Amino acid sequence: MKGLYAIYRKEMGHYFVSPIAYIVVGVFLLLTGFFFTKILSILIEQAFEMGMQGGQFGGVDVPSLLVRDFFGVLASLLLFLTPILTMGVYAEERKRGTMELLMTSPVTDTEIVLGKYLALLTLFVIMLLPTFAYAAFTFFHSDPAAPWRVLLCAYLGALLMGGVLLALGSFFSSLTENQLIAAVLTFGAFLILWVIDFGSRGSSTGIGAAIQYLSVIKHYDDFTRGVIDTSSVIYYASFIFLGLFLTVRSIDSMRWRRA
Amino acid sequence: MIEVQNLTKTFGDRTAVDHISFTVNKGEILGFLGPNGAGKTTTMRILTGFLPATSGTAKIGGFDVFDDSIEVRRRIGYLPETPPLYTDMKVGEYLDFVTRIKNVPAEKRASRIEDALEKTNITDKRDELIKRLSRGYKQRVGIAQALVHDPDVIILDEPTVGLDPKQIIEVRHLIKGLAGNHTIILSTHILPEVSMTCDRVVIINRGKIAAVDTPANLTTQLKGAQHVRFEARADEAALRGAMQEIPGISNVVIEPVGSSGVLAVTVESAAGQDARSEIAAKIVGKGWPLLELRGVSLSLEEIFLQLTTDDASHAVESNT
Repeated sequence: MKGLYAIYRKEMGHYFVSPIAYIVVGVFLLLTGFFFTKILSILIEQAFEMGMQGGQFGGVDVPSLLVRDFFGVLASLLLFLTPILTMGVYAEERKRGTMELLMTSPVTDTEIVLGKYLALLTLFVIMLLPTFAYAAFTFFHSDPAAPWRVLLCAYLGALLMGGVLLALGSFFSSLTENQLIAAVLTFGAFLILWVIDFGSRGSSTGIGAAIQYLSVIKHYDDFTRGVIDTSSVIYYASFIFLGLFLTVRSIDSMRWRRA
Repeated sequence: MIEVQNLTKTFGDRTAVDHISFTVNKGEILGFLGPNGAGKTTTMRILTGFLPATSGTAKIGGFDVFDDSIEVRRRIGYLPETPPLYTDMKVGEYLDFVTRIKNVPAEKRASRIEDALEKTNITDKRDELIKRLSRGYKQRVGIAQALVHDPDVIILDEPTVGLDPKQIIEVRHLIKGLAGNHTIILSTHILPEVSMTCDRVVIINRGKIAAVDTPANLTTQLKGAQHVRFEARADEAALRGAMQEIPGISNVVIEPVGSSGVLAVTVESAAGQDARSEIAAKIVGKGWPLLELRGVSLSLEEIFLQLTTDDASHAVESNT
């Protein structure tokens, strides 16, 4: 446990001196800020038009639509940016030779993997947190009262999906000494999980349903609508577990294959 | 403290370490000597638990390096070939991380770090970023890292690589000073290093142990033919003739020293024969001024070459 904390501490320290973390978080916040204002102004415009045309349906539920659209964009941004956060997590250690220090220290492979994963997750939360301010600010000024529950659900969804991205990214980073290869593999793998249900939408066969269940974005959509589906939570949790498990195995296998 | 038995490691069909066995006693410094690619690093990596052995066993402090890997790792400090440094950390921060990952109790960390900095003579670099340090200082941080948690066994893979001559001497003193409290294995392909620092030497070549002994014993045992070297002012042909009159002398090599008419001569005498007095008598008898005369023992370097090339020729023979 001490080893896990030592690794977590070191990783966090590393983020705060490395330019990569600052740049990724900075670019992420810049883009989310831009999209948030754009989406909000478009939705307000639409609501006005609807109101002018009669508004017999009670107008548009701007806050809910805002959450859904904004978190849709957020997911795409995460798809592009998280592989950059994870690409170095093992690849850099392997290249520098510091993996040899970790692997000959009295810490287990699981402690190494969990320490690094928790640090990534912390950085991810730090990255996500400021966006909450945008939404919270809007929601405070919303009349009628905004659906806070939907917003929190959406964040839970983003956290779980990010967790999967980070776990998979860690795994791909542990496979290579080259950070770029790690980033491209993570991006590719995640994109495949994203679009895997393209061909099977509307299909009612068992295989179609199974493939749809595998789609990482379908479960995410539920969260952005304010629905917490246990099967979605299990889906994400098992992917995170799988990613971490594979990472532990991959580190263990380094001992066996190194020439 | 360290027992290695029939240790073998193969990578595919290449055998990197081939049935080696040796032991290291507590407080001893053992030198691993061998050409590049001889299997030194592989053996060390097996001892540190970084690589599993294909067969054979290795125990450190009674714990098997594979079955009780964590227990072994608690007891070792290891400097790999490339020092494992987080270059964006400061020296002090880095050592602090190492003490944490090596389970040094919180109340002892500060003093252990202080001690390691002092021993490796880098106290004044504590607040510098590792990436700003020169190669030699980085190597010293690497050594500090290996001893900061006060381990029983210290394993150093080529500890003096990249250091300047003054630093090399400092590091050798440091290593000698560590012996007694720590058991040390170091590898090198620099021969004087072994004769200066190590209590015992394992000469390893092509994954096999060619010899294990003290540096002094290796030198005397393997001396074989004695060499005598002297300088005299004489005519070359006459000198050669005079040397051939002495029984048991062969391989007379004569080289002029500058243009002063002085000749530097190296002769080989049969094993066990001390030809020095006969040579001196002969030259003085001829009336030639004798400027210098000394016996030359085979240097570790020559022994090393002899052992490793012998082994290589055996290998070639057995293949054909």
